[in-house]
Amino acid sequence: MAKLKDLAQMEDRLVAGHGMCLGCGIPLIFKIILRATEDPLIIANATGCLEVCTTIFPRTAWNVSWIHSAFENAASTIAGVEAMYKALKNKGKIPADKKIKFLGVGGDGGTYDIGLQALSGAVERGHEFVYVCYDNNVYANTGGQRSSATPLGASATTAPSGSKSPGKIQGRKDLAQIMVAHKIPYVAQASPHRWQDLYNKAKKAFEAVGPAFLNVLCLCPTEWKYDESKGIKLAQLAADTCVWPLYEVENGRYKINYKPKQKKPVLEWLESQGRFRHLFKEENAWIIEKIQQDVDRDWEWLTRLAEISSRP
Amino acid sequence: MKKETWTELAIGALNLQAGNSVSNLTGTWRSGRKPEFIEDNCIQCFFCWLYCPHFAVRVEEGKVTGFNYDYCTGCGLCAEECPTKEKAIVMVKEETKIIEEGKK
Ligand SMILES: Cc1ncc(C[n+]2csc(CCOP(=O)(O)OP(=O)(O)O)c2C)c(N)n1
Ligand code: SF4
Ligand code: SF4
Ligand code: SF4
Ligand SMILES: [Mg+2]
Repeated sequence: MAKLKDLAQMEDRLVAGHGMCLGCGIPLIFKIILRATEDPLIIANATGCLEVCTTIFPRTAWNVSWIHSAFENAASTIAGVEAMYKALKNKGKIPADKKIKFLGVGGDGGTYDIGLQALSGAVERGHEFVYVCYDNNVYANTGGQRSSATPLGASATTAPSGSKSPGKIQGRKDLAQIMVAHKIPYVAQASPHRWQDLYNKAKKAFEAVGPAFLNVLCLCPTEWKYDESKGIKLAQLAADTCVWPLYEVENGRYKINYKPKQKKPVLEWLESQGRFRHLFKEENAWIIEKIQQDVDRDWEWLTRLAEISSRP
Repeated sequence: MKKETWTELAIGALNLQAGNSVSNLTGTWRSGRKPEFIEDNCIQCFFCWLYCPHFAVRVEEGKVTGFNYDYCTGCGLCAEECPTKEKAIVMVKEETKIIEEGKK
């Protein structure tokens, strides 16, 4: 089992001086993921907060090979790199025993929305790479527009709460399930507050034979509107309310990695962030009810899938 | 930081200076509060290192030894997650000063 003390003494592949906000969750995620392999690493990063804030010219916060990708094609970019690596190996230009890992990275906008086709194609072709989506539920870098990962009822700049609107009126797309449907070897959902779980999942993803996908909850104090020191408490709450279940699907078999002893009401999650504040007006009570129903339904569904998977 | 001109830049929009963001001192963003390390209360759990978004927790010879204020933005995540009963990290008031350096 990995120890934090040991991880802390490994070289940083993402370093200080990046421009992400106070209390941002992105560095917390990648601090762990980038330590889950010791092999050389090549990253393709779709535009978004991580990409923009780490590479403000003439600086870069990356200590590994890193390619800025356009918004829509991080998966295609990294698939191309991986294909080239295989070709060079075949030609004997890269030694046969040399191991390199490939990582595609994007936000929810870059993954659930505009990059979905590229991602679907790359995993269908079976490129050996890991794709990490850091899901902060919104197009954060451009000022908080709604994405298909924005939850029902959240206020976003293109689905604002107001006298005529209760925030976003659609629910979230279930990206992890879409990736499971591609029948790739490894899909998982993780969160930064359970670092060991995140680390194990990243390790499995890097070691998978074939494409692997991680969806990681990403704290965003700027767009979620909460006191930036409270982020880790929020991540815990997301798991305890089952708003963000932690699970993995290995070769089609589901396993839930965290079951709250007592499932907390979504109300607590909604109360914790300014983006849901308007839901506490009387006329929006139905939304809170609907959110709870949706979460209960999804959790029940997941529990059943895990139960079926545990049968021989 | 000296900016290269177009004749000096590597072809293909390459940046060959891996990790040169360290010259961007995010500590200059701090406004009004900073964490203080109380070594006697520290159990070396490394949570502060884990949860610091700005890589500002100092680790020396396998031990957490305090903060690198050049990068600490004062977000308070480390103090919030420090698990000891008698806190090994407390947020303290800091007078805000305008720093000319940093934006080089
Ligand atoms: C084709 C294209 N459309 C729009 C943009 C502008 N743009 C840059 S980042 C971004 C938002 C990214 O959102 P997300 O992927 O969720 O990442 P986050 O900013 O939340 O980290 C947008 C819309 C772009 N760069 N390219
Ligand atoms: S807007 Fe959100 S995700 Fe983007 S850098 Fe700031 S806190 Fe991080
Ligand atoms: S206050 Fe924030 S930036 Fe400063 S050391 Fe603590 S976690 Fe890091
Ligand atoms: S979180 Fe607190 S107890 Fe743990 S290493 Fe940091 S200062 Fe020490
Ligand atoms: Mg986003």
